[in-house]
Amino acid sequence: MLNFMENVEAIPVSDWTANFVSWLTDTFAFLFDPIKDGLGDLMDVITSGLDAIPPVIFILLVAILAFFMTGRKFGLAVFSIVGLLFIWNQGLWDQLIDTFTLVLTSSILCIIIGIPIGILMSKSKIAQTIITPILDFMQTMPAFVYLIPAVAFFSIGVVPGIFASLIFATPPTVRFTNLGIRQVSEELVEAADAFGSTGPQKLFKVELPMAKYTIMAGINQTVMLALSMVVIASMIGAPGLGREVLSSLQRAQVGPGFVAGLSIVVLAIIIDRFTQNIYKDRSK
Amino acid sequence: MPIIKVENLSKVFGKNIKAALQSAEAGKTKEEILKETGSTVGVNRASFEVEAGEIFVIMGLSGSGKSTLVRLINRLIEPTTGDVYIDGENLAKMDKKELRRVRRQKLSMVFQRFGLFPNRTILQNAEYGLEVQGLSKQERSEKAKSSLELVGLGSYLDQYPGQLSGGMQQRVGLARALANDPEVMLMDEAFSALDPLIRKDMQDELLDLQETMKKTILFITHDLDEALRIGDRIALMKDGNIVQIGTPEEILMSPANSYVEKFVEDVDRAKVLTAQQIMKRPETVNIEKHGPRVALERMREAGLSSILVVDSKRVLQGIVTADAANEARKNEVKNLSEIIQRDVPTVEKDTPLHDLFAVIHDSPVPLAVTENGKLLGIIVRGAVIGALAGEGEVNENA
Repeated sequence: MLNFMENVEAIPVSDWTANFVSWLTDTFAFLFDPIKDGLGDLMDVITSGLDAIPPVIFILLVAILAFFMTGRKFGLAVFSIVGLLFIWNQGLWDQLIDTFTLVLTSSILCIIIGIPIGILMSKSKIAQTIITPILDFMQTMPAFVYLIPAVAFFSIGVVPGIFASLIFATPPTVRFTNLGIRQVSEELVEAADAFGSTGPQKLFKVELPMAKYTIMAGINQTVMLALSMVVIASMIGAPGLGREVLSSLQRAQVGPGFVAGLSIVVLAIIIDRFTQNIYKDRSK
Repeated sequence: MPIIKVENLSKVFGKNIKAALQSAEAGKTKEEILKETGSTVGVNRASFEVEAGEIFVIMGLSGSGKSTLVRLINRLIEPTTGDVYIDGENLAKMDKKELRRVRRQKLSMVFQRFGLFPNRTILQNAEYGLEVQGLSKQERSEKAKSSLELVGLGSYLDQYPGQLSGGMQQRVGLARALANDPEVMLMDEAFSALDPLIRKDMQDELLDLQETMKKTILFITHDLDEALRIGDRIALMKDGNIVQIGTPEEILMSPANSYVEKFVEDVDRAKVLTAQQIMKRPETVNIEKHGPRVALERMREAGLSSILVVDSKRVLQGIVTADAANEARKNEVKNLSEIIQRDVPTVEKDTPLHDLFAVIHDSPVPLAVTENGKLLGIIVRGAVIGALAGEGEVNENA
């Protein structure tokens, strides 16, 4: 009696999902292939462009940029030099560039997709009601699960890695854009309206400038999440530092695993401090 | 034709709008309606007209609906029912594009907490209204600069709002509102966030500006002193209803009901009433026609010990005392000009009561009230004290 579930057949959710994904794969193959090729080419261009810069010059450029972005302070600049020299010294420079390209590309795509959705959410209560649970779903579903359809759509390599990162890392940008715009003080919105602004004028002259610090906080989160996908994406063949970690794991090599992991930490800290400083409000 | 005409304007917040409107029409109070329908009546069938060049003050305590009312006028809040005519155009019924045009050209607004854009310089703030209209950079910067100069901020163009004091920030708000040369300015508690001294300065400055600009100003305030000080007419609001509309004197002297009466009872009348309102008709003699004998006669009839002397155009010449006139009659002096004292304590007709004390307290003779030298009336000490006590011997036609 208590075990009545034995007699109930399992609802075939997994079959449905599988069928749906294979239907998507077949139906939109004409879309997925060009996306795959286009993104792959784009990433090749970025990677080879970055590879063309000698590591010394690259490290110096990062340090100079760090110095000026942090308001002429030496902390981040020194850390960047030491950290990047270490990664170079460990022979992980190429992997670093691969990882950086992956993070950069997926972050930019997240921002391009996330900000407009965030704006839409801030303007429409209905959109907010629909999109919020979807964002919750995207963030709580274990990131590994996205790898499966990603491979179905784009086979293995770096592009499905980006696809998985996109789903996992976009929500913060969307949420913070929505929040930032909704937080703009009512009086400023009224002022914009009272002087006869059109919707786009209000958005670009008042709301987005006022929300930019909040949006930047969201972008910072997005970039960090994209970076956290690096190891996971390596499971489906994305190159970079993540692949080093993964292969160390498979061979139970503590040393190389630690070094690759440490390199990811160094990259994470540099990227985090950079994105935090882009729009830091220094007037406060 | 009135420039603003508001007819039966109502705003109900909440879901059960129809029921709430009906209850409001049946004369139920805001609280009863909230209990019955769950909806709040923000503004209940407000109607009034504002003439061009007038400062019309909407005054009420918080929750009285005054801020809602002003936002219904430029439709920052959508009216539930009713009409708002600006210059003959019904804002309540127009589409968004039309509404934008009216907001750009005819209406502008000044906000309680200034509503300045912190990421824009003072000049860029003042330019905002012109920028959204699509004016060229040069044109809008010229107009914005001249309106900033008008409020005395011509040298702060490149500063940011955060670098300015509250009073200066509100001047920027004022300059921004003036820059697109609107016909109507809506000022929502514009000076309420400023400290009292600055507030008074700003009130004076607004009145000065108004002398030259002749805008129509709808001014919202919760401060009765402010309302009485700057308003040509005042609408008093309570619980979404307009309780009374009138000139400051009418509100003070003939409150429409006990609510208004209670409201005005603490007002410092000395700051509101002017010499003109408490003066009495003067006894005079004409220096060109009359001699000491007539002067003496008139003093005796009215029971006075002195009498004011004017010329045929009623320009004040001086004063003649009974003693001097008696002396002159004995000495057969025919002309008043030989015995006149030229030095008469005089005040202008719009001098507030407050400023009369210093003049009147040691003056042996009544004060003369003049306008451009012409004698209008006299003030005796008793009238000042009577007016302060709220005894309504005030000239209604003043």
